[in-house]
Amino acid sequence: MSTPSRFWREIPQRYRLEANKCKRCGYISFPPRLICPQCQNREFKETKLADKGKILTFTVIRVPPQQFVDQAPYAVGIVELDDGVKLTGQIVDCDFENLKIGQKVKIEFRKIFDAGEAGILCYGYKFVPE
Amino acid sequence: MEGIVGYGAYIPRNRIKVEEIAKVWGADAPSYKRGLMLEEKSVPSPDQDTITMSVEAAKNALKRCLINPKDIGAVYIGSESHPYAVKPSGTVLAEALGATPEVHTADFEFACKAGTEGMYVALNLVKTGDIKYGLAVGADTSQGAPGDALEYSAAAGAAAFIFGRENIIANALESYSYMTDTPDFWRREYQYYPQHGGRFTGDPAYFKHVMGAAKGIMDKAGMKPSDFNYVTFHQPNGKFPFRVGKMLGFEKKQIEAGWLVNKLGNTYSGSSPLGLTAILDVSKPGDMILIVSYGSGAGSDAFIFEVTKRIEKVRDLAPKTRDLLDNNRRYLEYGEYAKFRQKIKKAS
Ligand SMILES: [Zn+2]
Repeated sequence: MSTPSRFWREIPQRYRLEANKCKRCGYISFPPRLICPQCQNREFKETKLADKGKILTFTVIRVPPQQFVDQAPYAVGIVELDDGVKLTGQIVDCDFENLKIGQKVKIEFRKIFDAGEAGILCYGYKFVPE
Repeated sequence: MEGIVGYGAYIPRNRIKVEEIAKVWGADAPSYKRGLMLEEKSVPSPDQDTITMSVEAAKNALKRCLINPKDIGAVYIGSESHPYAVKPSGTVLAEALGATPEVHTADFEFACKAGTEGMYVALNLVKTGDIKYGLAVGADTSQGAPGDALEYSAAAGAAAFIFGRENIIANALESYSYMTDTPDFWRREYQYYPQHGGRFTGDPAYFKHVMGAAKGIMDKAGMKPSDFNYVTFHQPNGKFPFRVGKMLGFEKKQIEAGWLVNKLGNTYSGSSPLGLTAILDVSKPGDMILIVSYGSGAGSDAFIFEVTKRIEKVRDLAPKTRDLLDNNRRYLEYGEYAKFRQKIKKAS
């Protein structure tokens, strides 16, 4: 279960898709890392992930973890963004039978889950078909 | 001079038709459609609220002005459906845009006028020179009680405006407010749906305040209805804006560009602001625009804008409002709509 403080620490990534780009080899780490996994370089430039991409693969979740029970069934996919980064997330506002590999999607800001009726609202990115 | 430097809209994809709602309540759909001049309305997805729609509308506004979000000195959301009872909506928006931490944020509430209230304050703060840019969003995911007349119109949408002093796309020539204490529509704490005063919502409420604000701002500016290319009023249903326009001396063709309500529904705080985005989408340099909001309780804000040459450079940089309204729609049946809007709840 995500606590408010853990959620808060992840805001730069969840809200703004902030990432690091390796100054030597150009590898983009999301979330940002201290050492480039590709060339072990330690110097990065701040960047933001692209807000569009295409579906590489997807599945429909029917038996979800506890905090997503009310949302089931829902689609989760791996999307290759226009900058080459592969990102996992929910695909929403779609009919499952019309989802296709290779389909173009864009990122929208959505509510990810609420921590019960009295808890905090957690926001972040999801994919929607273009 | 100061004015609008960026604008953006957001409309959820889901729609429900008047017939689909009328079917459930045994109401006569054709008479509702005629009476309200309404065909369908937008419905937010379960993961959308005033905050998420404000973020999308504001991102579209940023695409049209390409400023550094850190230069935004004020972030305001006007809504009557802020998701939290206690905790601001504006902080999430400011954080999502990257405008924090040197920014003033507030949530406005004044029924359907909350969006233009934020615009009024942001614009006038820019005018004082205290901030470089100010962002104001009008957004709502409003609800009508099941079976109530409001259920046919209560819709969802957001419009965002960034005000500044350089690279202006619409000069703000005048702003004006007109307000009295009038209990035509209200919701007490812990009540899920609002109450309204039935026929009382017409003459002493909407018409009196919209006319008062429209006449007041035209007097102040020394202008008359024929001086404007476009006008947009608050749109609680299809008929009211045309009726008040006629009473003031405006023609149908001045109203139509910003008249979205027949396919969109009443987006409350987003209503006249969304009308303004649709007008900016089609306006030409030199065009004069009047916008008059209305919020129950009751009052109206009015603004006069003059479109500049820059509109032609920026309008294609983000989705146009009519395209958001007409493309990619998903039609809901009443059952799915009731689930989306939490009118029915699953056993836990
Ligand atoms: Zn590297």
